[in-house]
Amino acid sequence: MDRFSGNFDRFSDLFNPYDSNPTNANHAIGDFTKCTRKPLVMGSTVLGLEYQDGVMIAADTLGSWGQLARYRNESRIYPVGNFTVLGAAGDMSDFQHTKHMLDSLMIKEYYTNDDHVLSTPHIYEYLSRVLYHRRSKLDPLWNTYVVGGYNNGERFLGYVDLLGTTYQSSIVATGLGAYFAQPILRNAVEGREGILTEAEAIEILNTCMKILFYRECKTLNRIQRAKVTADGVEISEPYALPTEWSFGEGIRGFGTQTQ
Amino acid sequence: MSSIGTGYDLSVSTYSPDGRVFQVEYAAKAVDNSGTVIGLRVAEGIVLAVEKLVQSKLLVPKSNRSIQTVDTHIGVATAGLLADGRHIVNRARDEAENYRDIYRIPIPGKMIADRVGHYVQAYTLYSSVRPFGASAIIGTFDHDGPQLYMIEPSGVYWGYHGCAIGKGKQVAKTEIEKLSLDELSVVDAVKQAARIIYAVHDEAKDKEFELELSWVTAQNKRHEFVPADLAAEAERLAKESLNEEMEDD
Amino acid sequence: MGSFVRHTLTYPSYMKFFLVLVPCIITVLIMFRNQYDNDICTWSPQGRIHQIEYALEAVKQGSAAVGLRSKTHAILLVLKRSSGDLSSYQKKIIKIDDHIGIAIAGLTSDARVLSNFMRTQAMHSKMLYNRPLPVYRIVSAIGDKAQANTQHYGGRPYGVGLLIVGYDEKGPHLYEFAPSGNFFEYYAMSIGARSQSAKTYLEKHYELFADATLDELVRHGLHALRDTLQQDKEIDTQNCTVGVVGEDQKFETIEGDRLQRYLDLLDGGDTGQGGETVESMDTE
Repeated sequence: MDRFSGNFDRFSDLFNPYDSNPTNANHAIGDFTKCTRKPLVMGSTVLGLEYQDGVMIAADTLGSWGQLARYRNESRIYPVGNFTVLGAAGDMSDFQHTKHMLDSLMIKEYYTNDDHVLSTPHIYEYLSRVLYHRRSKLDPLWNTYVVGGYNNGERFLGYVDLLGTTYQSSIVATGLGAYFAQPILRNAVEGREGILTEAEAIEILNTCMKILFYRECKTLNRIQRAKVTADGVEISEPYALPTEWSFGEGIRGFGTQTQ
Repeated sequence: MSSIGTGYDLSVSTYSPDGRVFQVEYAAKAVDNSGTVIGLRVAEGIVLAVEKLVQSKLLVPKSNRSIQTVDTHIGVATAGLLADGRHIVNRARDEAENYRDIYRIPIPGKMIADRVGHYVQAYTLYSSVRPFGASAIIGTFDHDGPQLYMIEPSGVYWGYHGCAIGKGKQVAKTEIEKLSLDELSVVDAVKQAARIIYAVHDEAKDKEFELELSWVTAQNKRHEFVPADLAAEAERLAKESLNEEMEDD
Repeated sequence: MGSFVRHTLTYPSYMKFFLVLVPCIITVLIMFRNQYDNDICTWSPQGRIHQIEYALEAVKQGSAAVGLRSKTHAILLVLKRSSGDLSSYQKKIIKIDDHIGIAIAGLTSDARVLSNFMRTQAMHSKMLYNRPLPVYRIVSAIGDKAQANTQHYGGRPYGVGLLIVGYDEKGPHLYEFAPSGNFFEYYAMSIGARSQSAKTYLEKHYELFADATLDELVRHGLHALRDTLQQDKEIDTQNCTVGVVGEDQKFETIEGDRLQRYLDLLDGGDTGQGGETVESMDTE
């Protein structure tokens, strides 16, 4: 009960689910508001690279619930406007929130109707501002985002995470991909962005995603690719990567072998 | 006018002895003085057309639009005070966004008309505000097909097959009634809309005008300005039919 | 009693006018004219709002401002006033951002409120999107802000008109903003005292502006501005400021000695001292 009459109109003791009234004695212990402290349904790796026609992004379609491969058809790539694509790792409900937020933003751009539309660097800036703002409120959006785009002949590829950390590079990888795929991408892409063909880019991403599937239990061999070129965004249907498990026969301790 | 000088027409919160709210009627006058705006609803879409009176030759053509977009699938054409029209449109945008935030689908035609209608009506209730000096024609395409609504300064709104507001509304309405809207294609509706705007334009009183044409079609369900080539074609036909009419006279 | 009668008899006949007619006229005026023009939320029977129209008059109390645009540049020219020899000339051009500037006519303090708001909007865009705010959006923002002041009792509309120039991805722009909340994009425009004369000049020559060089554009602007002057006055380096923005050129103001080069472009007329004398302290 609030004993300070001056605050009677400010806090309702009848409906106050977070018990946010600072005059309540038990607040000495803490717990003012509750924030995301633990993500639930998680997406894992997103990979991105620049190639001669633009930018390409890949992600698998798994939404993990803890160790459980809970949702196996979860799209983690989303177009924003005509020349920008967003790839998301981390909490999928936060990603859904972000998608809606960006949709609202692009609707505003559309109805303003002054021939100005946010390009990829602008969308990237906005997203990183939002993420930094949320982490400053100690209520982060639990995601790592890869933003790719192609505007006026310029490629754009950027990374932003739940702390608001940003960097731009011709290769980007999130999650365990930053450990397993990044070195491969570096060797294959860096310095060759301008000459890498689409077929080569696809091959590189497929290889990396396959390696991740072998190594990480939160990756699936069902993936989606997106490319952004002068023609706009194109997101592929999910497809399965062929995998090879017969080598397991020769490995001690693999599968059901006991010896 | 019998209302003038009675003292019953100074505030929107005052009824006259015979039960009228004159301030709302006066606000509607502002709409009647403006350029003509029409809306047509046909099977595969809606068309909005505006006779935008050009006050100065220093104005940049095609800028200063009086048809505006609300969300992606809704177009609003306003008649009356320009700034009041923008206020209504901004409210419509907020309502559309709010609906999406809650239901995660585009707002249906009758919901946007209902919400904006309520908002406009609230400005006829209190002496601390004045009613809007603008009417809005809302065109959209939702899961029930094309929708056309018109909101008046009183806050009242109805759904229409075809509607007109502004200086030439009487003539425009007569012309719209002659059309068989159910059989018209959207392209033909654009041409008819252009023809009607040209027909109602009073060259003696208002010198120049710019024709604004927009649509929402079944094809992509987005509110857009009519493509330049079709708009030019519609305008050419409209001028032709005007000349023919003159020759007949 | 007797003296009273004598007194009344000595009234001159015209007193009758004051005693009887004047109150009648006042009553009639109150009944038929003034009753619809006292507050912002009353419509007149003709569908007009007089208070908005009066606010538009406030713009004409300020000295003139002229704006023009070419394919590469948009410029502003203003005529400044000073209240006397001991006072400096009141600033009439305000920079909003690197790519936007405004010229004002009317209540200076209202213009400062609006320009402060515009600067905030421009910074907001830079902070949030790393994008210079498109000119249309900043103008529509103040338009919508001004409209709100025309619909609620207890306030008043802004008493200032603005010319806004800016350069964005789509090139140079010139807008006029009015206290009614209306705003329009123009090839060239003038506002403020005797701005009709400048408008006449602009309407006659505006077709030349698109392909004009910056120097030519400024010369046209100065000509238009000169047409707003009172008979015995001339523009000089003290009473005039030019604002320029364009392709690869951030918004900047040109005044004082730097202006001489442009004044020399003007044909005829001396460039001696003396602008307008101030008519009202708080309108510029």
